Amino acid sequence: MEFFTNFPLFTIVLSLFSGVLCMMLSGKTARKYTILYECVLIVMVSCVLWYTYRTGRAFTYVMGEFPAPWGNEIRAGVLEAMIALLFLIVMLCSVVAGTHFLIDDIDESKLNLYFTLVNLMTAALMAMTWTNDIFTGYVFLEILTLTSCGILIVREIGRTTLAAVRYMILNLLGSGLFLLGVVLLYDITGNLLMVPMRERIGVLSSDPRNMMIITMAVGILTIGLSIKSGLFPFHYWMPDTYGWATPASGSILSSLVSKCYIFLLVKIYYRVVGIELFEKLPIRYLLLLLGMCGIVFGSVSAMRANNINRMVAFSSAAQIGYIYMGIGIGGAAGYTAAIFHIMAHSVTKSQLFLTTPRLAEVSGRSLKFKSLQGSGLRDKNAGFFFLIGSMSMIGIPIFAGFASKLLFGMAAVKNGSTVMIVTVMLVLAASSLLNALYFIRTIIRIYAYASSEIRVRSTRRPGYNIPMLILTGANLALGLVSWVFAGLIEQGLTMFM
Amino acid sequence: MIETLLANYEEAVAVILFGIGFVMLLFQRNLIKKLIGMNIMDSGTFLFLASMGYIHGRKAPIIVDGVTDPEVYINPVPAGLVLTGIVVSVSVTAIMLALTVRLYKRYHTLQLDDIYQLSRHQMEDR
Repeated sequence: MEFFTNFPLFTIVLSLFSGVLCMMLSGKTARKYTILYECVLIVMVSCVLWYTYRTGRAFTYVMGEFPAPWGNEIRAGVLEAMIALLFLIVMLCSVVAGTHFLIDDIDESKLNLYFTLVNLMTAALMAMTWTNDIFTGYVFLEILTLTSCGILIVREIGRTTLAAVRYMILNLLGSGLFLLGVVLLYDITGNLLMVPMRERIGVLSSDPRNMMIITMAVGILTIGLSIKSGLFPFHYWMPDTYGWATPASGSILSSLVSKCYIFLLVKIYYRVVGIELFEKLPIRYLLLLLGMCGIVFGSVSAMRANNINRMVAFSSAAQIGYIYMGIGIGGAAGYTAAIFHIMAHSVTKSQLFLTTPRLAEVSGRSLKFKSLQGSGLRDKNAGFFFLIGSMSMIGIPIFAGFASKLLFGMAAVKNGSTVMIVTVMLVLAASSLLNALYFIRTIIRIYAYASSEIRVRSTRRPGYNIPMLILTGANLALGLVSWVFAGLIEQGLTMFM
Repeated sequence: MIETLLANYEEAVAVILFGIGFVMLLFQRNLIKKLIGMNIMDSGTFLFLASMGYIHGRKAPIIVDGVTDPEVYINPVPAGLVLTGIVVSVSVTAIMLALTVRLYKRYHTLQLDDIYQLSRHQMEDR
């Protein structure tokens, strides 16, 4: 049993090692190897999840056994294990379902380098999920930024390079602010490990004169991470980045990378600042407001998009808004809803981004709505999976999207003042309506009979249906037994204390 | 107010540098100038960290003459963090320069606005 405590570190080290190894393998072997080792990682993380759930408490792994103020620590609880498991499953599904498009988009001799980047990205995702040291978080955050830029520019057309430059510039602004926030917190606490930092901040916050510097440091950190995850008004890079990337990259960037930043932010609120103190700061109302603006503006932009990928990308901006709205509502219920939505949106959005290129493939390689008419009839599988994803996005019961909207509503009723309840409910209603409008419009479009049938048969893509079925299964599981997941998240949040 | 600023002039300069770099990275339209802005921003943070980590009158944390009293030495961790930060900053700059070279080869300009205009007219990108 004690051996399980090594597994979180193994996931990071193994991913880093695999990244180096894939540089030396051929493209096909690298693909097989990546799939195999991701499966091993999934087994390991499942063991950690089971172990922490059974023992009912989190464990800390002290690297090099240096005592608290000096060493570097890894911490695993139910929530970390669950998020890591979700990241690995979505990563595996995106890579497996996306490789066939990858072969069209990049040179075969460079295929192994793509898997190198994917493995390094897995290492960064794992490290950011497990870490108990804020500076380690910063270092792997930069690795995540660099690798996400890498998987974006593998498709060598001018548009992706331009999108990558925009993406990197905003991300660098975010990283700079995050680093400044970390430095400020380090200066006032003298620690980089999360638990000693929280204890020190607890002592400092009893003096009202220190509140300004704490608010400033936490505010700068928050702005940095919200720029990186694409909160309104910093969402305008999304359509270009997600829309022009190769499908596997688009799916990974939208469903994992931006979510990982938000998870790190939640972790900082709970474990560095202390949630009671954070609830008193005005920052959370700003997040609530920006989240709501993001929902409305993202949905309106999605309605105006003339290209299916841009529409799905803008709807991502709206979903990020939901997550921040959950953080803004606050309390255990608000955070549970936010983290549940991270999971629901990850499985749904990756599914959508992996189906749109197949619909385009049978429509003369065009993503425009006009050419997509009848594409769901020409490629039945992709049409079906798109339908499932859209219904989850709209929030139809039994799908994950419905459960998360329900959780947001319940959190607002539980925690909010009357004004907050009314606004949250109005925004939820408006956004569901807008979502329904543009997704149902698209569904009708792809299932409508096309008069001038474009006779392009979809090429057979072996290994496409299984990952998509896994994502659909995860979506249904999240929707049908949402209380199990919500309970686990709540247990994980208590372990954060 | 002025006295506090003068007493902490290193931190004040660091914050000003950060601000200059941030605004350059956000608003400059020339890619190379944007990158220089990013480097100025990072230098500001490093200067802030280094000046906060140094305590006047203390020595570098290397034990000489057997003095092990921690009150004599400064904390080595901030310097280590600055070094890590510099490594990160250099690698990010390298990637951004590579991207800039790629954009320049394709569009023959470094002005972002011109590049947007050109990319819109491109037919190859669907």
